[in-house]
Amino acid sequence: MHPVIEREQLSPNVVRLVIEAPRIAKVRRPGQFVIVRKGPGAERIPLTIADNDAEAGTITLMIQAIGRSTTELTNLQVGEAIQDVAGPLGSETHLLASGHAVCVGGGVGTAVLLPIVRALSEAGVHVTSVIGGRSKEWVILEKELTELGDVVTCTDDGSYGRHGFVTEALKDLLDAGGVDAVYAIGPVPMMKAVSNLTLPYAVPTTVSLNAIMVDGTGMCGGCRVTIDGETKYACVDGPEFDAHKVNFGELADRLTTYRPFEQQALDKLGACATTEVKS
Amino acid sequence: MTDTASPLPTGEEASGLPTKPASNKERMAIDRVAMPEQPGDERAHNFGEVNQGLTYQLAMLEAERCIQCPKPFCVDGCPVRVDIPRFIRLLRDGEIAQAAESLLSDNALPCVTGRVCPQETQCEQVCIRVKKGNSVAIGYLERYVADWAQKHIDELPKANPAPTGKKVGIVGSGPAGLTAAGELARLGHDVTVFEAFHAPGGVLIYGIPEFRLPKDIVQAEVDRLISEGVKVELDSIIGRTYTIPELREEFDALFLAVGAGLPVFMNVPGENFKGVYSANEYLTRVNLMGAWSPDSQTPILHGKRVAVVGGGNVAMDSVRTARRLGADEATIVYRRSANELPARAEEVHHAKDEGVKFEFLVAPVEVLADENRWVTGLKCIRMELGEPDASGRRRPVKIPGSEFVIDCDLVVVAIGTKANPLLTGSAPELKVNEYGYLVADEYGMTSMPGVFAGGDIVRGAATVILAMGDGKRSAAAIDSWLNGVWPPPAEAKAKKPERETAVAAG
Repeated sequence: MHPVIEREQLSPNVVRLVIEAPRIAKVRRPGQFVIVRKGPGAERIPLTIADNDAEAGTITLMIQAIGRSTTELTNLQVGEAIQDVAGPLGSETHLLASGHAVCVGGGVGTAVLLPIVRALSEAGVHVTSVIGGRSKEWVILEKELTELGDVVTCTDDGSYGRHGFVTEALKDLLDAGGVDAVYAIGPVPMMKAVSNLTLPYAVPTTVSLNAIMVDGTGMCGGCRVTIDGETKYACVDGPEFDAHKVNFGELADRLTTYRPFEQQALDKLGACATTEVKS
Repeated sequence: MTDTASPLPTGEEASGLPTKPASNKERMAIDRVAMPEQPGDERAHNFGEVNQGLTYQLAMLEAERCIQCPKPFCVDGCPVRVDIPRFIRLLRDGEIAQAAESLLSDNALPCVTGRVCPQETQCEQVCIRVKKGNSVAIGYLERYVADWAQKHIDELPKANPAPTGKKVGIVGSGPAGLTAAGELARLGHDVTVFEAFHAPGGVLIYGIPEFRLPKDIVQAEVDRLISEGVKVELDSIIGRTYTIPELREEFDALFLAVGAGLPVFMNVPGENFKGVYSANEYLTRVNLMGAWSPDSQTPILHGKRVAVVGGGNVAMDSVRTARRLGADEATIVYRRSANELPARAEEVHHAKDEGVKFEFLVAPVEVLADENRWVTGLKCIRMELGEPDASGRRRPVKIPGSEFVIDCDLVVVAIGTKANPLLTGSAPELKVNEYGYLVADEYGMTSMPGVFAGGDIVRGAATVILAMGDGKRSAAAIDSWLNGVWPPPAEAKAKKPERETAVAAG
């Protein structure tokens, strides 16, 4: 069992959990993820390890409530526990050794970005984080990122920071020059837009792909993505890939596979909650 | 489900017993019993076990058929060398507890092998009775005794070996790993099994479906090993959570039995459309994650018309699962003919009974989809058999211009698996062959001293029982290694390496 040590609501649907996982806390590298299963009957869910404390034996997970399983995870309180946490999985991030990196995060992707920003910053790389959300309440981790480098915050509605999409802020930085690498993590359309944007500037760009997976060890092949025309497994070959080689259309499409099922499951969860209140 | 393993005949049951045959001639006159099974049209819509197990009367009748050969070939035909005549004799003599004890001392997972072993190509194939009709139904009897043992485990004596103080780490809790764990624990070694998934059993849990091998049965077998002192660490991926060099430091010996986990795809256009699964993913969702139940939180696509590519046991498991998940039409697409099907005859027969269709001499060339990228069909080409290939089977050759489309909304690819590099990648000193499988010597030892390996990660995709044979043999070799006796005595030596063509979880 992996008890929840800390819980923090970061945005209306993103929660930060610090959980006990001593072995993973000791060996995990930036870019790696875990597969969690809340308890009997629950789904296996891949989640990026946002941070670790080897001494305390804890890891930090940022969870966005999307379907039933992720909603149940975000509902966990301090003192409750997750039954299974397997990892660390995936390959570690290829970090820029020196120079200037721009790290672009959208939504919960910002949480996935945080360990990369931290690692880059610790390696002495100058980092500019460009993060965004629909409006102010959806912007997460601004304070943490500010401690690690420059931050440009954007909101779609202009309620906070710069008005507009993260890609517009990124374009300004690219035009200004001196960008050695871009790391972009967020919804597929955002990563695709970033990739299209950096291509003409020939700036190496890394994205982290949140494909559907079951085991996370290369066994099911559900997470297969097409990279440069070749099939790769996001769980073992990734989750990070050269953005300019990713078939984003296919990824976006495969991510919709269980959408009807997800809605049904959520409705069921809602029905359960109602029943509980009544009884 | 009926209680198939009730030990003592009572009332009517006892009166239905046959008169004891006095001579082998009388024994030879008894016909082989049939396995009671759920009717095909019924079971095609549920996940309950197909084979119901022998009743007491049937088991006792079948046990009488064994003529107790002084030099039994059946033992040689068994990869784990179960003393078959002995347990059958004890059963026949009414000593079922002793029969169970005898069986368990030879075979760590008899409830499993009694269900999924291809006995017809092993012990039963060489049974002397085959010459004059049908073999003794060794598999049925094994299952009968093993199921009895599982229900009466408290009545069996517990092994209580003196601890040796030696620690053995086993990577993988599938048939090879569990068998080795059981053998080594009984010798007094301190055994820890590492499993990547959240449940132990490997292919027995994620691969073989409930209707062929109920998961409660597997769990009970694992629980028995745990009660014998085996420790199981779940959620531990070797190569990620721990590395081989780390384990090597902590344990006096290691046994690597991680299976051949990487799915092979067809490499045809359209393979990444929605509605194309590897058999691994399809079966893992259904079996390990319980997606066969409407209450499961793990989703599964329920195809109405399902095409399963491949002809092995995994393909049969997939196509029969598809029928149970509501497919009106479930079709096996196999590039060779019926004669070359690598699946067990029983599985093929069961699939046919359940309304599965077979398209032989057909190879997929493209997956077709609608504008939303959902699968709508599998474009195939017809084949004919040409000259024999390296496997000795006639090579299928395309017939030009014979393309046609199988309409379907789900495609499951069950054409094999290959070695997963996660583990071997964490220890470059482990020698692998050109296919990525571990190289092991005749005792199962890899290129790292004290590190042994067996099962599919050495053989390539094979069967449960061959993996168990490796586990048993390696356990004997590991014991020798730990006792400083090397090379080990002859019995730990591998027989001629067997490799089955079956793409198999069975």
